[in-house]
Amino acid sequence: MGVDRREFLKITGYAALFGLGGKAAIDIFAPGELEAAMPGPALTEGKRWAMVIDIRKCLEQQAKEKDGCDACMEACHVVHNVPDWGNEKHAVKWIWQEPYEHAFPNQPNPFMTESVRHQPVILLCNHCFNPPCVRVCPTKATFKRESDGIVMMDMHRCIGCRFCMAACPYGSRSFNWGDPRKAPKDLNPEYPTNREYPERSKGVVEKCNFCAELIAKGELPACVQECDKIGAHALTFGDLNDPESNVRTLLQEHYTIRRKPELGTEPNIFYII
Amino acid sequence: MYDGGKIIIGLIIGLGLFLSPFFYNAGKAAKAPDPELTEKAKEAKKCVEPLTYMRESHFTLLDEWRHTLVRDGERYYTASDGKKFYKSLQVTCLDCHSNYSKFCELCHNYVDVDPYCWDCHILPEEKK
Repeated sequence: MGVDRREFLKITGYAALFGLGGKAAIDIFAPGELEAAMPGPALTEGKRWAMVIDIRKCLEQQAKEKDGCDACMEACHVVHNVPDWGNEKHAVKWIWQEPYEHAFPNQPNPFMTESVRHQPVILLCNHCFNPPCVRVCPTKATFKRESDGIVMMDMHRCIGCRFCMAACPYGSRSFNWGDPRKAPKDLNPEYPTNREYPERSKGVVEKCNFCAELIAKGELPACVQECDKIGAHALTFGDLNDPESNVRTLLQEHYTIRRKPELGTEPNIFYII
Repeated sequence: MYDGGKIIIGLIIGLGLFLSPFFYNAGKAAKAPDPELTEKAKEAKKCVEPLTYMRESHFTLLDEWRHTLVRDGERYYTASDGKKFYKSLQVTCLDCHSNYSKFCELCHNYVDVDPYCWDCHILPEEKK
């Protein structure tokens, strides 16, 4: 026997409810189940690494040298084998500089003090407490370390889809358009600069890793070490979870700002202006 | 069957051509590679784990290393005999096995595998 009219209407009714209704229908029968199936990034446990950048000290150092100071950037790129492509579009950025207006576009002020207007600001991955790049990564190649909140890259897993680059509101991620080994030799005469650290292959996304390999050895990140070495002491690295830590003390003593805090990413890089 | 004889002869010739590489190489096994140990590796006498395990499963060990180091932040490996090693292909393994072309490459070529480790991990410079 076939389906009668009554039966047919029942089936189509349920089908419409589940099929077209989608999430709403599931919410009626199993409230909360869908949300539970999509967990957010793990919360930071224990330590929460952060950096405080004192723009005043940095600019003071910049003014001392004729072409400005690029010690921290140089140190980072040497330690991590980051090549110079000599092309802004292919640039691989771990730590870099932008004028104040570009670093903090949400703070427009036509009557800004000349001490910071158009002045270079040091930028790096914010190691967000709530990283949007981690949410979008389809292979979980980028992830937030549960132990200390560092947003890391697993280069072995990256498929180069660049979703994370679209998701990051800070431009902290760079794509390898070419094999770093084929970067122009005249710009990178000593490449690879650190034979104890790997390079990256063509087609993966990379970014600052807060020097996870140095922190594991109990050392400070390369940029902080270099800044201290030249006596500028503009970069301070520490644990945000410890109320007595160096970074927390600085944050108590000074007024600090963060990049685009309104996005809710909770950046862990703070700027003393 | 029309032209049956021609078709069968054609099939035999075709099959013969298809199988010719097998006849050509029959009885001649490719020479098994003989990887060389560096002085440093000889002195150490023992690798991270026993020789047979390393020969058969070094890639399993490396895979475990890369996973636990990168994702879990566990940087040291305790071998079955209790010795500790820093989990690094580039720093630990290649420190002893610094002769890529006479060690890694020989067997990889023999079994026709092409691991992409070296796309990122830097090989030590070899003296020619």
